[in-house]
Amino acid sequence: MRSGFPLYAAMIAGLLVLATTPLYADNYVVRTAAIVAMYGALATSWNFIGGFTGYPSFSTAAFFGLGAYVGAICQRHGIPMGLAWAIATVVVAAFAALLGGIILRLRGHYFAIGSIAVVELCRLVISSWSSLTGGGDGLNLPLMPWPPEQLMRFFLFVMLAILLASLIATIFVDRSRLGFGLRCIHQNEDAAAMVGINTTAYKIAAYTLSAMFCATAGAAYASWTGYIDPTDSFQIVMTVKVVVMALLGGAGTILGPALGAAAFVLLEELFWANFLDWNRAILGVVIVLLIFFLPGGLLSLGVLRRLRAAKVGGGK
Amino acid sequence: MAIYLQIISNGLMLGALYACLAVGFSLVWGVLNVINMLHGSFIILGGYLTFFAWHLYGIHPVVMLPIVAALMFALGFALQKLVINRVVSAPVLTTLTLTFGLDMILYNAMTYWFTATPRRITLDLGAVDLGSVVLPVDRLIGTALALVLTLLLYGVMRGSSIGRAIVAVRMDRSAAELMGIRTDRIYAITFGIGALMAGVAGVVFATVFPITTNVTGIWLGKAFVVCVVGGLGSVPGALVGGLVLGLVESFAGHWFGPQQAITAGFVLMLVLLVTRPTGLIGVRGYE
Repeated sequence: MRSGFPLYAAMIAGLLVLATTPLYADNYVVRTAAIVAMYGALATSWNFIGGFTGYPSFSTAAFFGLGAYVGAICQRHGIPMGLAWAIATVVVAAFAALLGGIILRLRGHYFAIGSIAVVELCRLVISSWSSLTGGGDGLNLPLMPWPPEQLMRFFLFVMLAILLASLIATIFVDRSRLGFGLRCIHQNEDAAAMVGINTTAYKIAAYTLSAMFCATAGAAYASWTGYIDPTDSFQIVMTVKVVVMALLGGAGTILGPALGAAAFVLLEELFWANFLDWNRAILGVVIVLLIFFLPGGLLSLGVLRRLRAAKVGGGK
Repeated sequence: MAIYLQIISNGLMLGALYACLAVGFSLVWGVLNVINMLHGSFIILGGYLTFFAWHLYGIHPVVMLPIVAALMFALGFALQKLVINRVVSAPVLTTLTLTFGLDMILYNAMTYWFTATPRRITLDLGAVDLGSVVLPVDRLIGTALALVLTLLLYGVMRGSSIGRAIVAVRMDRSAAELMGIRTDRIYAITFGIGALMAGVAGVVFATVFPITTNVTGIWLGKAFVVCVVGGLGSVPGALVGGLVLGLVESFAGHWFGPQQAITAGFVLMLVLLVTRPTGLIGVRGYE
């Protein structure tokens, strides 16, 4: 099959562009680069369940928010930052595996609704469990005694590391039995089960993978902003935004979701800066245009098509 | 004992409102197989139209009811015909994302024009005291209106040829087409009815709850729960789902505090999703 070279080259070039922003640009640009990396990681994670497996999951915000809360609570109990992030990742991955065992029995519309309900339910539980989570008042995290530039640079590299980890995981899954099995489930779940794929285990693995990196990103985001509250941490808008990013780039491809995240964040910044009153509506228009005119995502465009490289069991 | 009578009557009154709120959403989901993320904003739009007609021109909500119904039907019909119909048979990811995008536009427009300040029509009609149970009159009228509207839709679905055609398309689209039903038109009419029911629910809500764009997500969430609890695409399903949710919220609010009422609704929904995805009175094979 086709070689993976253009894919790796594009991936490394993209990461380098983001990583070198502190050398030539001001703090605003660095912050935007960190946001791109963060959403890139979220969209790449969603791709495991939404892109490869074809399950319309809308629970990204639940994993992100839970990650943020677990990380924040750990840090408030004196656990060092890095360890807190690791704990958040493991706890949320376990949560996703358990939850997946329950809601992955649903399909189509019911799965979509169930996964949205998970976000709402997490928000409600977190906001009413005040003794642990501070309820609606939110939680403050220990601030880091660094100047703003250094802080920004640090979190840019953290988010980039999470993005890189999620991309590497994607490449491995894409070339493994797991990825092949997930694509079979996407095409026809009953047939996949018939030929001997353990669909339940595969789906749970994909769902857990889709949660892990979101949790790390959430925990890192909490440390970055220094304050979290339930309304901000569990947003349905964020969930849908991540899905739109993945669709914009090309769901089920390796680089598509991250590319879509970059394009979306840049558009969003543009609209925020120029059309403050109407930015939400403009994003709505972008979504409508995307669905109508670019259903395969950016990577379906001629020039970028080569980056699809390993799509559908290519590595074999 | 008296307190429980009050809780039950509160729950039933709330439940009737929920049924009216969700029945249009349920119909669209059942017939078009589209999760309509616009539903919450449709309700609030109906509420705003009613509020401003009352506030600026002194038009009584009851007079506004048919006007809002007609406007919302036209809006829904046009939206389905021109926009949503183009992807109506696409996977749920596409249709849900599209209606969410449309909702962002409508939400932004409403927040811009009307601002998010909560508004409410206060008719101040007093309360009926039945000894152990006290029922506010405006809420009672709202409940009655919601029930009448929901049952009216039931009558239309059962009795009119359009209603029968909608049911036919819901059961088997291809067979309905072979019988000479124009499915595209039925889809547009169904979406129009969905918007209409959301709009009239908004008229009723404007006299009972504050109207603000901040609550569109909450009403949409209620529609989800009612649909899953009752079962999809039928009026009796929405009615049962609404009343059950109303009672559950009312009791949960009493036992665990008002904050937990919404949580209880979502827990109920997730449990039912997993154990009985066809809903309490749903038919197997319609999942």
